[in-house]
Amino acid sequence: MNLIAKPSKENFKTYVPIGLFLISLSILDVFVNAFFNFNLMAFLPSQLSYFLPLILGFIGFYLIRIEFSGVHSLDILNKNINSNNFNALLTLLTIFIIIKSIPPMLDWFILEANFIGNSKDDCTGDGACWVFIKVWFNRFMYGLYPDAEQWRINTAFLILFAVVGVSFFVSEKFKKYFVLFLVFVFPFLGIKLISGGSFGLEYVESAAWGGLSLTFIISAFAILFCFPIGVILALGRRSSLPAIKYISIGFIELWRGVPLITVLFMSAVMFPMFLPDGTFIDKLIRVLIAITLFEAAYMAEVVRGGLQALPKGQYEAAKSLGMGYWRMNALIILPQALKLVIPGIANTLLALVKDTPLIFVVGLMELAGMIGLAKTNPKWLGMAMEGYVFAGLVFWIICYAMSRYSQNLEKKLSTER
Amino acid sequence: MGKIIELKKVNKWFDKFQVLKDIDLEVAPQEKIVICGPSGSGKSTLIRCINRLEEHQEGNIVVDGTELSESTKNIEKIRAEVGMVFQQFNLFPHLSILDNCTLAPIWVKKLPKKEAEELAMKNLTRVQIDDQALKFPGQLSGGQQQRAAIARALCMEPKIMLFDEPTSALDPEMIKEVLDVMVDLAKGGMTMIVVTHEMGFAKEVADYMIFMDEGKIVEKAKTKEFFENPKSDRTKLFLSQIL
Repeated sequence: MNLIAKPSKENFKTYVPIGLFLISLSILDVFVNAFFNFNLMAFLPSQLSYFLPLILGFIGFYLIRIEFSGVHSLDILNKNINSNNFNALLTLLTIFIIIKSIPPMLDWFILEANFIGNSKDDCTGDGACWVFIKVWFNRFMYGLYPDAEQWRINTAFLILFAVVGVSFFVSEKFKKYFVLFLVFVFPFLGIKLISGGSFGLEYVESAAWGGLSLTFIISAFAILFCFPIGVILALGRRSSLPAIKYISIGFIELWRGVPLITVLFMSAVMFPMFLPDGTFIDKLIRVLIAITLFEAAYMAEVVRGGLQALPKGQYEAAKSLGMGYWRMNALIILPQALKLVIPGIANTLLALVKDTPLIFVVGLMELAGMIGLAKTNPKWLGMAMEGYVFAGLVFWIICYAMSRYSQNLEKKLSTER
Repeated sequence: MGKIIELKKVNKWFDKFQVLKDIDLEVAPQEKIVICGPSGSGKSTLIRCINRLEEHQEGNIVVDGTELSESTKNIEKIRAEVGMVFQQFNLFPHLSILDNCTLAPIWVKKLPKKEAEELAMKNLTRVQIDDQALKFPGQLSGGQQQRAAIARALCMEPKIMLFDEPTSALDPEMIKEVLDVMVDLAKGGMTMIVVTHEMGFAKEVADYMIFMDEGKIVEKAKTKEFFENPKSDRTKLFLSQIL
């Protein structure tokens, strides 16, 4: 009868080894099954052998569920993944699913994938055809930008990374010059370098720009401009002057109410119709303005959330010290409000980066757009999976980096206890 | 002696509700006035009208020779000369105590940074929290925060100080350290208007006592007379309840 007694401290010495053994056995069974396609329990009737790992693991988890066992790691294990029968079941299923899904993923991504060669015919394995990415890599990075001129894009981004990198190591005193350079000088310098047309550089029209570099260019410019416009709109919406207030509300609600794809389409197709004959604004610039204003409307609402979260006393204290509207906002209100809404700002900027592929509607092709183009090339049909997995990975890296940066910023600026 | 603050027939409404009714008040330089009265009687609104955190609808308010009106330039000039201390301290939580004190002198009075810092340290020493200068407001106790707020107001070298229930949000044992600073300030000759229920403090420093109820000044009297021989029944009732 002793064996069926409820697990407790008294039978710790017998139950825990048996329990752990059963759990290991069940995991081993699934593991061997998944990786070596061999069924340890094949001698049993097929239905029983199918469910056996689950049953064994379940009994094992029941046996080790000893409250206040006195062993710290066991207590933590029980508390987190084995608190009752249902949780034990969920734990087992999760472990099995993870083990089961590793081999096919590994096969597709690496073991059966093709890395060598330079045409679709070289992809003979069952896994991914990374040759596709390798052959098209240059296009995915630079779009249709002429090969001979690509050093200009590289130089622009190298300068950017160098300046940003160095700015992390210089003292606070010089940091502001780096920031001023990055915000007011570099964007125009970089664009001039990439577009050319002067200083002996060959002119490259913006229709030829593309790939990941275009993703970066559009994101960077949109972020740079949508942020200040959003802040001004947010302040405008809370203004006591009715004209400014209602213009801001109208602007925000108009842009927020329209899908980005519509805005982009109108900027490229309808907007030129309203321009007087002979005037011409580059398509990329029109698209940039459209994305900037669209995201600025969202930014405005995020910032307004922060403004509203500040106690009225902060405004009164600033006013009572003789500060006017602009000084009050620049020195007291915005530093606090923006700090409060860093998660929201990061959210909006991440969404902005991930919205850039939509510019395909006007014929501009950044990373995802170039992949879309490459996969319809007759020589490379059927490569959509590889292409979009690659695009997803690249976007994930960019967005995760931004997300981490925003978390660091939040931590750095926190002055609470 | 000339008057530094003059209010004539001041009326104010919040929507339909009248909060100030025909307020007349004159304050001479270096005078200390304590305003008391039940909650909702308009005490806070009255002193907030003096630096125009609230706008009055009727009557005139003249502060240091400048009439308060719609024009913005005047308002900022007045506010720079009138220091205010709030019930909730309202320190700027994103700045250190020292930066709290130097911000307005640097940006409003255009003082060089070094001078502003010397001034700030002088005033922080005066309120005895110079050792906390580099901490952030969130790291200080309530009493220390309120003293920092007083120092911040003093850094603008105001001619008048307004106190809006400065000790009401404090733990009892911290009230004294704030009142001590205020007494010291009063003895230094500052013009002060204080809304408070601390009658001990009022007896010690006030030249005049004002009792308000339902938006009206019910009684204005010399401090001694106010406590020993109040005229109106409403004042007597109030005093009997809080003393």
